[in-house]
Amino acid sequence: MAYFKVESLVKYFGGLAAVNGVSFEVAKGEIFGLIGPNGSGKTTTFNMISGYHRPTSGRVIFKGREIHHLKTYKICKLGIGRTFQVVKPLGRMSVLDNVIAAAFSRVNTMAEARELAQKSIEFCGLSHVRDVLAKSLPIAGRKRLEITRAMATQPELLLLDETAAGLNPTELIEAIDLIKKIRDNGTTIVIIEHIMHVIMTISDRIHAINFGQTIAEGTPVEVARNQAVIEAYLGTDYA
Amino acid sequence: MKKRLYPLILLAVLAGFPLVVEDNYYQHLMILFLMWVVIGSAWNMIAGYTGQVSFGDAAFFGSGAYAAGLLAHHLHVSAWWGMAIGGLAALAVGFPFGWICFRLRGAYFALATLALNEVLRHGTTIAESFTRGMLGIMIMPTFVSKVPYYYIALGMAVVSVLSVRLLIRSKPGYYFVSIREDQDAAESLGIDTHFYKMLSLAFAAFWTGMAGSLYMNYMGFIDPHVVFSLHDISIMAILVGIVGGVGTVYGPTVGAFIMVAVQEMFRSGFFGLFKFLAETTGSESVRALADVLTKGHVLGFGLLVVLVILVLPNGIVGDWDKIKKKVFRIHSPA
Repeated sequence: MAYFKVESLVKYFGGLAAVNGVSFEVAKGEIFGLIGPNGSGKTTTFNMISGYHRPTSGRVIFKGREIHHLKTYKICKLGIGRTFQVVKPLGRMSVLDNVIAAAFSRVNTMAEARELAQKSIEFCGLSHVRDVLAKSLPIAGRKRLEITRAMATQPELLLLDETAAGLNPTELIEAIDLIKKIRDNGTTIVIIEHIMHVIMTISDRIHAINFGQTIAEGTPVEVARNQAVIEAYLGTDYA
Repeated sequence: MKKRLYPLILLAVLAGFPLVVEDNYYQHLMILFLMWVVIGSAWNMIAGYTGQVSFGDAAFFGSGAYAAGLLAHHLHVSAWWGMAIGGLAALAVGFPFGWICFRLRGAYFALATLALNEVLRHGTTIAESFTRGMLGIMIMPTFVSKVPYYYIALGMAVVSVLSVRLLIRSKPGYYFVSIREDQDAAESLGIDTHFYKMLSLAFAAFWTGMAGSLYMNYMGFIDPHVVFSLHDISIMAILVGIVGGVGTVYGPTVGAFIMVAVQEMFRSGFFGLFKFLAETTGSESVRALADVLTKGHVLGFGLLVVLVILVLPNGIVGDWDKIKKKVFRIHSPA
């Protein structure tokens, strides 16, 4: 039995198929990359996994349980955390309060939530901005806050949606280190990323989609050499 | 340390007020003030903390008032029983409303609350056989003195402010604010946004309903246009929240004091100042101005809101540090 799998997921928006039959399996403890050109359906796939969209057809199965009909907050409680590509900080709350709100998904008292939040903030390296309002963070901080908040919900499976986009080279290295650290801590990761350097370095396996359909799957090296992938990214001249 | 004492000092002053000031008029104003603390705190919970702006607080206020009034009118029991069911009646209105209308977000939800307000106002006007329509409901006040009402209102105000304070520093409070800041992010953090919006609305409806049943008992008379009034109740509740400070524990208390004072100032023509001027000068234009000002309290509200939003967008409590710096030139240590 696969730890996590999506089975021929389809999502239509009106007459447009954003995702059209994507299937993949993720093993426990791996970093699984999801790539594809703009508009290929990566984020829509994430939205179906985390319950923001109902799939038109297909299934999402987490630890043997169908979850595609569940509401978003229930999916979070089951142990699937996510970050947003377009960051959604709780602006007029401090960084600590953002993370405390997330920690309340696992504990009920203020003291426990604070402790859990502190741990998550230290783990993700946001201690120096703990008491700053979330809206005053620069983009790198906001991306990191997304991860910190998701970690405070103690996910077994973490969906990262372009957490490295918009970061400078130093911040990129830090982001890669953090993602590896999260995996080493026992969390399985599915990551969407456009920055090839990031996705090629950290992924154990990569799944490439284009126009909502699978075009390749394999190790980073295999996928990078795949004809269909090169065509999708660079055009037929280079294939 | 000093800051923690302020609410206690205020409470002591309020508790001693009717013993010192025996004038009926000022006692009446203070009862209204305390009632508005309750309504303002309730509005602040759903709109200020949870971000679901309500334009229809009068729906809950009126439900509470009519529950108390109808009970006394039809069953001839003491209207005090109505106090007990006033809050529950407002809950009974709020629950199905929230269940359906929380599918709407932002301005659309606000419009739905406005509709609820109007539906109930017209409903009570039309259902004459049950509610006596525009004739209104009159009951005999239990006490002649205003003092008992004062202490009941004070008790309700204290409990409502304390419950806001308690709630806001616990899990539901964090969840309410998270929903206000970003509902989608809140969902992803494991927050059942529908449930917590309902919880917040239940709090608001209950306290507003309680204030409504207090109003029925105290004033002794209600009709649909008084208790389901859009500008005198619903908009007033919003003003109390905005002037005092949206999303602050003590904001509604400050806002209620100012708004009741401003309302009374306009209603009484600046405490008779304009009437006095008109009589002494004998000028027709001053008399006309006095007339407009006494009737134009809604205009005064409007100007006040424009002023507050321009100068103190976070309200008096929310922008207190700014006021200290600008007005009193006190610089609090950063």
